[in-house]
Amino acid sequence: MRGPIFEFEKEILRKERELKRVVSAFGKSSEEVRKLSAEVEKLKEKIYRNLSPWQRVQIARHPARPKTLDYLRNIFSEFVELKGDRLFRDDPAIVGGLARIESFKVVVIGHQKGRDARESAYRNFGMPHPEGYRKAIRLMKLADKFLLPLITFIDTPGAYPGVGAEERGQAWAIAESIKCLFEISVPVISVNIGEGGSGGALALGVANRLFLLENSYYSVITPEGCASIIWGDSKKAAQAAATLKLTSKDLLSLDLIDGVIKEPLGGAHKNPESVYYEVRKAILENLQKLVKVKPEALKKERREKFRRIGEFSS
Amino acid sequence: MGMPEEKKVKVPEGLFIRCGVCHEVLFRKEFERNYRVCPACGYHFRIDARRRVELLLDGGKMKEMDASLKSKDPLEFVGKKSYLESIKEASLKTGLNEAVITGKGKIDGIEVFFGCFDFQFIGGSMGSVVGEKVTRLFEKAAKEKKPVVMVVASGGARMQEGVISLFQMAKTVASVSSFEAVRKPFIVVFTHPTMGGVTASFSSLADIILAEPGALIGFTGPRVIEQTIKHRLPKGFQTAEFLEERGMIDRVVKRLDLKDELVKILRLLGEE
Repeated sequence: MRGPIFEFEKEILRKERELKRVVSAFGKSSEEVRKLSAEVEKLKEKIYRNLSPWQRVQIARHPARPKTLDYLRNIFSEFVELKGDRLFRDDPAIVGGLARIESFKVVVIGHQKGRDARESAYRNFGMPHPEGYRKAIRLMKLADKFLLPLITFIDTPGAYPGVGAEERGQAWAIAESIKCLFEISVPVISVNIGEGGSGGALALGVANRLFLLENSYYSVITPEGCASIIWGDSKKAAQAAATLKLTSKDLLSLDLIDGVIKEPLGGAHKNPESVYYEVRKAILENLQKLVKVKPEALKKERREKFRRIGEFSS
Repeated sequence: MGMPEEKKVKVPEGLFIRCGVCHEVLFRKEFERNYRVCPACGYHFRIDARRRVELLLDGGKMKEMDASLKSKDPLEFVGKKSYLESIKEASLKTGLNEAVITGKGKIDGIEVFFGCFDFQFIGGSMGSVVGEKVTRLFEKAAKEKKPVVMVVASGGARMQEGVISLFQMAKTVASVSSFEAVRKPFIVVFTHPTMGGVTASFSSLADIILAEPGALIGFTGPRVIEQTIKHRLPKGFQTAEFLEERGMIDRVVKRLDLKDELVKILRLLGEE
């Protein structure tokens, strides 16, 4: 599945089409093809190496970008999905269960978006209701009880802003989820694979190690929401994206995340296999280190990591 | 964010004011003495943090802590005006350094660590300083094994500090979690309005949650919800009364009864 082509990629597409025509006219090994291929590569480098924050947000939202269940299928050898919050219903916007990655038995929890219109509606575009977070809490406690490391995948525009969500205590569910992540004594590794939409993302993101994919973003508010508050115009989202410092590079330099996982040129959807490889490597490397750390120390590390965050003068 | 409109007190002339809700003409002095609760219709207008201290703490005072903490501008945020300018304006307007004041005081003789948000300071939003002051409040209360009482009003996490603000949610939650070990009460009073990152972090983890009548409390502000679902919200949605009925808070308590109620609860939880 290819999904949309962004405005900033159209020049590349044009050149690629031209290349195809030249190939069919002159054959693969012609001088013209060699020249044009080099030009295409140069153009890709130029565009994809200089993406603006807003362009990265668009890539992070690309419908073909690999999602939690794709990672589960491609980098874990077993997965048993566990559903429901035991209170109200199962929320398909969050998936979770028992999984195996190499020799490690783990619990995985992640936001889940859909690929097409039907699945997106079913998954509520990856925007959980309180029951989603309550399912997550149940699985966190399961991980803690059976001493299984926890891997979370973050990928949500935000917790769902709806009537039922408010009635059932969205704020309470998020607060409890954050609290639970501080209180469990197993290693927690979080990978933001797409969108890190505010509190709805943080509810799965209190981790010993937090990684962002290169084009993922993490933000206190959507760029559109920020633009509409500042300028009364959600179309100024590009400007807002830049001022919010929401890219992986910005967050790394602000010392808010532990690392950035490389993506292929143009984004994870251009070559998912390479991203699965990189994410798997990052998870395994960190699991190997974290399983040797004592439970109390893991908990303490999470607390101290967040305790330090804040910029002020006294 | 996206806050509901605050009902206004209309001011025809000096001695008198007109309630923006029931339109009754009131004596300004009486209205202020009543802590800005309309004596005619009972509508609770907003009061600032200092008046809260006066309302709830013995002698109307507390020993303030961490009052000198000041925000920086870590993102070099570029809005219509600079972040530091907004801070300066908010300080001038409120006489406060930040959106929360914290300290130690007494409620009917019971020593408590007390915190109060001021919505007039950039919508009571939580950035680094607010997160730090709340966290320190819990740390000090834990050390001295005293209860924490907080009066909250906030639009949520502060946009101008980006993810640093977002992570203050986690930081404050961790401090509540540690505070639980000392088995001392943590009581929250939600006032109008409390939304977003402040509701979805330390405050809704309180042992007891009280709320003022009519206060809007929730995760997402009503305007954003209406834009999302594309129809009008039912009357009374997200009010304190609505949340009491849905089981999300313990009790709706009138402003002028708050102190008595707090004392009763603190004593029943074993505080002398």
